[in-house]
Amino acid sequence: MEMIYIAAAIMMGLGGMGAAIGVGILGGKLIEGSARQPELASRLQGTFFLGAGLVDAIPIIGVGISMYLIFVVAG
Amino acid sequence: MAATGQEKTVSDYIVHHLTNLTYGKLPEGFDRYDGHTVGTGGEWAFAHGADEIAAMGFNAVHVDSLAWSIGLGVIFCALFRWVAVRASAGTPSGLVNFIEMVVEFIDNQVKDTFHGQNKLVAPLALTIFVWVFLMNLMDLIPVDVVPELMVLAGVEYQKIVPSTDPNITMGMAVGVFILMLYYSIKVKGFGFAKELALNPFNHWVFIPVNLFMEIVGLLAKPFSLGLRLFGNMYAGEMIFILIAALFGAGIFWVLPASLLQIGWAIFHILVITLQAFIFMVLTIVYLSMAHEDH
Repeated sequence: MEMIYIAAAIMMGLGGMGAAIGVGILGGKLIEGSARQPELASRLQGTFFLGAGLVDAIPIIGVGISMYLIFVVAG
Repeated sequence: MAATGQEKTVSDYIVHHLTNLTYGKLPEGFDRYDGHTVGTGGEWAFAHGADEIAAMGFNAVHVDSLAWSIGLGVIFCALFRWVAVRASAGTPSGLVNFIEMVVEFIDNQVKDTFHGQNKLVAPLALTIFVWVFLMNLMDLIPVDVVPELMVLAGVEYQKIVPSTDPNITMGMAVGVFILMLYYSIKVKGFGFAKELALNPFNHWVFIPVNLFMEIVGLLAKPFSLGLRLFGNMYAGEMIFILIAALFGAGIFWVLPASLLQIGWAIFHILVITLQAFIFMVLTIVYLSMAHEDH
């Protein structure tokens, strides 16, 4: 049963790490893009939120599943 | 927590919150929770606990998800109709202004993303956006309020966020998928089959490989669409329930738990809007791809 905690930790940790790197690159590119072409900034921001939302889904789902594992399956 | 009077653990509390009000057919010979055995021909009843839900199998519907989602759909239609009838060329009032803003926002989004000729897409996008948003908005109602009132009214389970039920989100995704297939075949005709068979590698030797890859890619779209919304809402709901469970940990936890609840709710306003927006944009993008004839 203790392995469930390890599994949940890996799920949250790796999922969060990947998404953090992804959103970091995404945000950096957004700033670069809007610095080069400020007139496109609002459109880029819309696309950025779309991309961020897509990336965000994976760690959030991981957190949900790991919470379920910790508190319901193991609890 | 449930008004059964017994000692309840945290996982009982969470499981109670994550169980849908299920109405279904119990198989013959099944021993129910109150001791009586189901007679010949089965029995249609509300499920009591996970065993009965498992025994119902396919012959079951989630009454709460259906009722809340259809109810919210009716509210959406009624509100928008009420406003549309009252809209005039003069200065709009607060609510009319707000609805006009939403409609214009969706309209611009569709104009930016969708390049085909189709009168269905903009109304579809508006419906999806507002409906999914309203369903997600149920997440912001404190987790215990409605289920507790329902327990007092004699209904044992109640899950008020329809988008935390995979049946609802996958159902919507399948609806979008059927539209994708319909418009692909309508616009491209035989070209749709050619696109599936000859897409990455344009040579007849690769037809099986192409078919496999394209069909997996095609099926992944509705699957990820439905699961993304479900996963986000389910995880959000899960965290709300866990924070609510903190209140049971003692008087010391009341203040931190309240702050956490408020903080997560504020963050969740972003999540629910973003997920509704993403579901809508992806629907438009997929339908736009179905309309692109090469």
